Amino acid sequence: MMNKTLISAALIGLFASNTAFSNQETDELRNVIAEQQKTLALLEKRLDETDQKLNATADQVDVNAEASIFSNTTIGGYGELHYNNYDNGDAKVDFHRFVLFFGHEFSDSVRFFSEFELEHSIAGDGKAGEVELEQAYVEVDINEGLSSKVGLFLIPVGIINETHEPPTFYGVERNGVEKNIIPATWWEAGVAFNYKPTGGVSIDGAITSGLNATKKNDDGSYSFTSIRSGRQKVAKATAENLAYTGRVKYTAIAGLELAVTLQYQTDLTQGLGTLDEASATLFETHAIYQIDNFTVRALYARWDIDGQEAKDSGSDEQTGWYVEPSYKVNEKVGVFARYAEYDNNAGNSDSTAVESTSVGVNYYLHENVVLKADYEDVSGGVNGSEDKKGFNLGFGYQF
Amino acid sequence: MKKYLSLTIFAVMIAFSQVSLAAKGVYQTSAAFISQSFVGVTPKAKILWLTKEDKVVVAKILQHKFNRMRIRYWQVNSETVWILNEIGKEKPITIGVHIKNNQINHFKVLTFRESRGDEVRHEFFSQQFINVTLNGDNRLSQSVDGITGATLSVRATTKIARLALWLNAKVTASGS
Repeated sequence: MMNKTLISAALIGLFASNTAFSNQETDELRNVIAEQQKTLALLEKRLDETDQKLNATADQVDVNAEASIFSNTTIGGYGELHYNNYDNGDAKVDFHRFVLFFGHEFSDSVRFFSEFELEHSIAGDGKAGEVELEQAYVEVDINEGLSSKVGLFLIPVGIINETHEPPTFYGVERNGVEKNIIPATWWEAGVAFNYKPTGGVSIDGAITSGLNATKKNDDGSYSFTSIRSGRQKVAKATAENLAYTGRVKYTAIAGLELAVTLQYQTDLTQGLGTLDEASATLFETHAIYQIDNFTVRALYARWDIDGQEAKDSGSDEQTGWYVEPSYKVNEKVGVFARYAEYDNNAGNSDSTAVESTSVGVNYYLHENVVLKADYEDVSGGVNGSEDKKGFNLGFGYQF
Repeated sequence: MKKYLSLTIFAVMIAFSQVSLAAKGVYQTSAAFISQSFVGVTPKAKILWLTKEDKVVVAKILQHKFNRMRIRYWQVNSETVWILNEIGKEKPITIGVHIKNNQINHFKVLTFRESRGDEVRHEFFSQQFINVTLNGDNRLSQSVDGITGATLSVRATTKIARLALWLNAKVTASGS
């Protein structure tokens, strides 16, 4: 009996001590968990803070990274190196154009744009090159569809006059029609407007300084020269007689561009000497159609010039046209063929037209860097003066 | 005639100074594009952090370095919206791209800041991107016809379409 009582007491004591121990352990665990929760909350808070700091840092990095692309002042440029090898003369290598663009946006609706060019590497007395200011104008947006510009700008005519960065066209040299008839690159000083009545329709109008197609002779008299040499390049240019230009361009179907330009020159002689007044009209139209990797460009241009001197030389009518199919084989390679014909003396009865057939390839090292090669067969001119065959190599870039 | 030219220029300048000039080129705000894409609901923006490997792919698509560390996007189930910038000739073009089931559902030029090439903002051009997907080479499933004189703008829009589809594939594949 005594033993049973002792055993019972011992068991009760054991249970009691165990219970007391368990209660103590639970309290300790609760304390640990509470501490851990505090730590977790602290860590979570720190994590949030770190996250905020990280995002703030990333925001600043992104702002800095984007600062340059949203900068109000921009620079750009393009250039092209040419190697020409024709059978009628020595081969030549020429860094034909080195161009820098500078632009500045004064506000959302007022901006400045300029193009500064060095042609043929070296300019100066007796040197082959020229330093030229090809564009320098202020453009103002009047409303969403209407803008205007004042200054020195490219005439809205042809395909390459306004867009002539080397990666944008085929052939090492620019085509003869736009060079000799239009004559690209052609800029004047004046005022212009651009109106977009609806998507894909663009109307341009410009009042500018005019051409001066005269040459002063040794005896002080003046003689009539050519359209291309009539570009005064806004260099102390005679501005007695202005030019009026209008263009309508349609691009409302993806891949298609149709455009017509009409220009009236009030007097190509600028009233110099005793030359007949030579008012003139330029008509130009072109079409570009791209479907998938195939593109075709076609252009026609014609001058009609008044005045006895122009009539005597046959330059009262000047015409030119070309057609250029091309195919982009892949992202890197494009091939083209071009047939061009122009005549700066189409008004006479002689055969003075220049015909040119070209084939070539553009190889794009990068979308903005191109290597070019083409073969050209030229014939015609006055008594075959333009007859030649040869090839051209070149590279060009834009940024 | 000189005086007439001078007078014309002067008259035009005076006319400009009297015109109240509205900001040009913002055709839709980013917020409106996002809200429109998700039918009035604007989910909270998510952030995709770009890894070093991601930046290599992005640079290949854009053909230039990409300096941003992350890109914001908006997502509801299999639909994502991306607001991205890419330079055309000189200035960034802001483009909204709404992608649904890995296809472009809506593509819109939101802000155009350049003086040339704005034809890309019109429906006749942007509709070419509708239902376009990305193929294995990260190229678009169908060709996009260009616009002469807007070559650089067209190129920028095409790059953004490719980039948005690639980013979309990345976030939807990872179950984000």
